[in-house]
Amino acid sequence: MYTFSNRLKIGSFIMMAVGALFIITGFLSAPSTVEEAKAIVASHDDGHGASHGEDAAHATEGHGEAAHHDSAHDEHTLAQLKNRPWSALYVAAFFFFMIALGALAFYAIQRAAQAGWSPLLFRVMEGITSYIVPGGIIVFVILAMSVAHMNHLFVWMDPEVVAHDELLQGKAGFLNPYFFLLRAAIFLGGWIFYREYSRKLSLRQDESDDNSNFKLNFRWSAGFLVFYLVSESMMSWDWIMSVDPHWFSTLFGWYIFASMFVSGITTIAMVTVYLKSKGYLPDVNNSHIHDLAKFMFGISIFWTYLWFSQFMLIWYANIPEEVTYYVTRIENYRLPFFGMVAMNFLFPVLLLMNSDFKRMNWFVCLTGIVILAGHYMDIFNAIMPATVGTHWGIGIPEIGGILFFGGLFIFWVFRALTTAPLQPKRNPFIEESRHFHY
Amino acid sequence: MASKVIQAYYDDDDVLMLAVKKVKAAKHHIEEVYCPFPVHGLDKAMGLAPTRIAITSFMYGCLGLCVAIWMMNNIMIVDWPQDIGGKPSFSYIENMPAFVPIMFELTVFFAAHLMVITFYMRSRLWPFKEAENPDPRTTDDHFVMEIEVHGNEKELKDLLLDTGAVEINMTEKNLH
Repeated sequence: MYTFSNRLKIGSFIMMAVGALFIITGFLSAPSTVEEAKAIVASHDDGHGASHGEDAAHATEGHGEAAHHDSAHDEHTLAQLKNRPWSALYVAAFFFFMIALGALAFYAIQRAAQAGWSPLLFRVMEGITSYIVPGGIIVFVILAMSVAHMNHLFVWMDPEVVAHDELLQGKAGFLNPYFFLLRAAIFLGGWIFYREYSRKLSLRQDESDDNSNFKLNFRWSAGFLVFYLVSESMMSWDWIMSVDPHWFSTLFGWYIFASMFVSGITTIAMVTVYLKSKGYLPDVNNSHIHDLAKFMFGISIFWTYLWFSQFMLIWYANIPEEVTYYVTRIENYRLPFFGMVAMNFLFPVLLLMNSDFKRMNWFVCLTGIVILAGHYMDIFNAIMPATVGTHWGIGIPEIGGILFFGGLFIFWVFRALTTAPLQPKRNPFIEESRHFHY
Repeated sequence: MASKVIQAYYDDDDVLMLAVKKVKAAKHHIEEVYCPFPVHGLDKAMGLAPTRIAITSFMYGCLGLCVAIWMMNNIMIVDWPQDIGGKPSFSYIENMPAFVPIMFELTVFFAAHLMVITFYMRSRLWPFKEAENPDPRTTDDHFVMEIEVHGNEKELKDLLLDTGAVEINMTEKNLH
């Protein structure tokens, strides 16, 4: 049995406390009137405020009249500044939730594929996926707050905007607040149900004297993967793509999937390395780490393939209604946008190509940290340009979000790891997994 | 230089593995082992050095990437920077996304083909090459371990019979 080390527990509490403090600071320092917003912009206008024209044009679509332009611009600036702490909260909440969901997809694939190497790591994966419950609920609450007009993350939720926007009226059949929340509830309900039920079957298998639980778990895992592929794709339209409701892309669901999948695998590898270094996983050898690192390497390239396919097709055709997505990102988010490609592609490709490096714990952890940071930037780049526009930064609200949810993630995952033995007792493949050698 | 070799025949890969380990433990140099299929772990048991072919492949891939970048830059940007459908051919980086498919494919092409050619050259494989296996049975169901003899014929023979060899031959052979 794993015991939650006190230092880690206290560390996670400190992270949560500091994070919460930063988040509150972020909300308190957001402006509430146009005058305050103007003051903030005046004091910060040092370079990346150059292209307001476009954003203003976006906000005033349908208004059109020049006389209203200035006040509309100011209103828009205020809305973006008010959005910043909300976006920071949402990005971090979704990022850590997505790690748990990616790990859950990986876990289901290992079960459905009857992989012989991974059963030794099932409890680690189950520990990580336990975060799907609090993380999913938090994301749902933030979405519900958006529906309740407590923030302005999703512009299509504003009836004022929709009333002047024919494109949004056309999409209202899908993008309407109640259907949106209903979908979110169905997706989360399905994912949480599979996680809890599969965990229960997994624990029951240890105590039973036949393999019926294992077989049932196999069937549910295969079924879950079908549900997951459909629900994950729709989730990415709902929760991420709809912050830019005028824009659409067909491979977006796969793209977000690759991001969450590689983050989940990376987290599995890092938690495994940590537990092994503390002596809790005696049967895990460097071949298991090597396999996880191969997945990190391969799925990083897969992510890049999708990122590039999406970017290149839109760049090449240059159709105005699609290309604005990248125009705003390249003009206002140049460093995070291209920096993330370096972090998510170049770095893992060069560092994890060598077979010997993939067996070295510190190498896997180092690469893992860069990959996780890169995929935080990925979600950041997906959400921020639509919600805060040019008023972005990696400051107190963003770091607060990362610290708070990171602390909660660590606390919840390692607490879940203490609730069951770290090695499954009588999984049919456990012997193969123990002797796994590559 | 012709020298005397002893060839021990085995009909099971597990027996062969044990025999290789025993012969290594008795400090005899194994000249060659002929197998009809890859025997997992045989290279480790024989103490063969790991292959460096993956490293050559990486370098060939880098070469392919460089060739692609040089070629596209020379043709599309330097030589005749034509406006084709509004693509920005002012500098390489501006038009780079359009070149990535070629860069990728040439990297893979160079890495794969040059590595295969390296493999053929290093393992001396080419059309019309005379087969080197000492006995056709080694391509079907027998394994042969070949050890050079330095006047210790009797001792070697006993050792090999002890490891479960099903047949032992002595022969003159040109070793390279």
